[in-house]
Amino acid sequence: MRQTYLDHAATTPMRPEAIDAVGDAQRTPHGNPTGAHGTARLARRWLEEARESVAALVGRDPVEVCFTSGGTEADDLAVSGFAERGAIVCGATEHHAVLYPVERAGGRVVGVHRDGGIDLDALADALDPTVALVSVMLANNETGRVIDLDEIAAVVREHAPDAKLHTDAVQAGAWLDLGTAAAAADLLSLSAHKLGGPMGIGVLVARRDAEPPPRVLGGGQERGRRAGTQNVAGAVGFAAAADALNDDRSAMAERVRSLRDRMEDELIAAIDGATPTVPREHRLPGTCHLVIDDVAAESMIVLLDEAGIATSAASSCASGAAGASHVLSAMGSDLGAASTVRLSLGWCSEASDVDRVLDVLPDVVRGLRSRRAAVAGS
Amino acid sequence: MRILVAMSGGVDSSVAAALLRDEGHEVVGVTMRLWGGPSDTGCCSAADVDDARRVAQQLDLPHFVFDYADEFARHVVDPYVADHRAGRTPNPCIECNRHLKFDRLLDHAYELGYDAVATGHHVRVAERDGRPLLRRAVDLDKDQSYVLHVLDPEVLGRCRFPIGDLTKADVRALAAELGLRTAAKPESQDVCFISRAHGRRAFLGDRIPLRPGRLVDTEGRDVGEVDAIELVTVGQRRGLRLAGAAERRFAIDVDVEAGTVVVGGTDDLLVTETPVPDLVVHTAARDELTAQTSAHGRPAPVELVDGGVRWPAPHTRVAPGQAVVLYDGDLVVGGGTAGR
Repeated sequence: MRQTYLDHAATTPMRPEAIDAVGDAQRTPHGNPTGAHGTARLARRWLEEARESVAALVGRDPVEVCFTSGGTEADDLAVSGFAERGAIVCGATEHHAVLYPVERAGGRVVGVHRDGGIDLDALADALDPTVALVSVMLANNETGRVIDLDEIAAVVREHAPDAKLHTDAVQAGAWLDLGTAAAAADLLSLSAHKLGGPMGIGVLVARRDAEPPPRVLGGGQERGRRAGTQNVAGAVGFAAAADALNDDRSAMAERVRSLRDRMEDELIAAIDGATPTVPREHRLPGTCHLVIDDVAAESMIVLLDEAGIATSAASSCASGAAGASHVLSAMGSDLGAASTVRLSLGWCSEASDVDRVLDVLPDVVRGLRSRRAAVAGS
Repeated sequence: MRILVAMSGGVDSSVAAALLRDEGHEVVGVTMRLWGGPSDTGCCSAADVDDARRVAQQLDLPHFVFDYADEFARHVVDPYVADHRAGRTPNPCIECNRHLKFDRLLDHAYELGYDAVATGHHVRVAERDGRPLLRRAVDLDKDQSYVLHVLDPEVLGRCRFPIGDLTKADVRALAAELGLRTAAKPESQDVCFISRAHGRRAFLGDRIPLRPGRLVDTEGRDVGEVDAIELVTVGQRRGLRLAGAAERRFAIDVDVEAGTVVVGGTDDLLVTETPVPDLVVHTAARDELTAQTSAHGRPAPVELVDGGVRWPAPHTRVAPGQAVVLYDGDLVVGGGTAGR
């Protein structure tokens, strides 16, 4: 059975260019980039070329790019680093990679509106001159909700002029032109595997006047911002994916958006009680996140999996269980308990993927509802 | 048959899944996430989930984690705390079987189109008059029929207990043969949501006030004190601070309203009747009717009376909240919860 992959928001397959680049790099002897010989210089050159590619993707200067082990480490570097300098403020729908370090630092969490947008009045109330960092994700991983960072930045400038603005752009990275969408951010986190690169590498991009103190100490790599021998082949793969994305982003995003729109329209027409969690105009092109009444999310995921369709409900805890979503709870108390399914498309999604889920999901929901009614009636 | 196997991450359910797979059933493994707090295997028992998932991988079975933490809190943890507060001695494993494993999971399995739920419990199912009844396991030391007595025949018809015919040694040997990482895993502790590091006192103390109580003798005279009446179990001897008692003293009644624990000697500990207000009898005994009053207790001859059971030979008091399970030979024919 051909697998239908609709979980690109969790991770997306590597671009062929990235697979080739990683393979070539791993097959070519390259030294430790800190070394003082030709083999090491090769590694160092690849690393710096990769830095330039990632910088180009985000429209920043390469010196601002610091490689990390992924998006989570980049978020922690920003949040926990700035927590040494002052108070931290973030949105209630942030990824746990931001939320948990903010909570650990005793930071302030700002509520969101029903449509997933940050409550700007609450943000203003949470800000004061002691705030060192405000962290607001560019697009939400569960709902796909895109945030207007310019609006956020204006509030921050007014109420906490010395605070820096960080954005977790991990989910947005595959879709938005970060040079404009994230221009207002002083710091930005990205992860390679969400945009066609390998797992295990990410970046924190920080303006020179917004560099956090280091978390990991050691050999002083990455200009002392993050010690540890760099993942050179990972960086090369990240760069290849970034280049490929830079070349085709707008065409790819529009192609996927039309697939997503068709999928969502037809699912809503075929399933009673199916509603998007956030309006489409505020959403990333690849995400379709639906509340489906009168079914258990876990049951949908299991039956879709049996049919060879990979989806997810919301975020997952370490045990792999679908817990109640803090994102939806923040958007509305009734939403927190809702059953949702996230169908997320990516750069390699095809019309046949959409056709397949349209064939299967309405029947899955009907079957679950009728059997649930039988249980309730017995 | 399509069978959903509840895989806890222990050796028994690992082998249960393997046996059903080898019988040719379509098997899917599910680990229930029950407790969101700390446990002896980490937050949300993450290490147990990892073990279950790895075993499912080795057996090439799909594996899912179902989150029942809310239901577990509502049906198992909250009543456990409330029972202690009321001076009873609850058995949370029984409530978990009643409400989670064989209610919520069974419904969930049906919803997903599965024909049966299997677990790694050491019990068997036997038929009498065309109806399934629970039967003790081959391995009597590991028999779990006591904690599963709440399963009525209708539910039993949809359950499978593949390892009830095996000894624990057989189970471990099979797991080792299959190379399962759980083969040598130690037995799980009694109450999964109470960690060894903190214990029952800390768990309850975080949730309800623990109050000192007076110890009185059967004549009502003060004879000592206890620092947390909510932790006293009828039948308990240790932990009672008695002033100069000559003979062994036991708690024979706990009255949280009055703040007193009545203590008495060995004779006072014996009773001829035990109230079991919710007693259910599935079928009449054909041989001698016996009852077991603790997970590893010995069954004793018993007669049914209105509202409970009568012991022909005096029997140790049953702590209110503990199960009284009726057997006919090795068949479970009924049961209920001891009252005060």
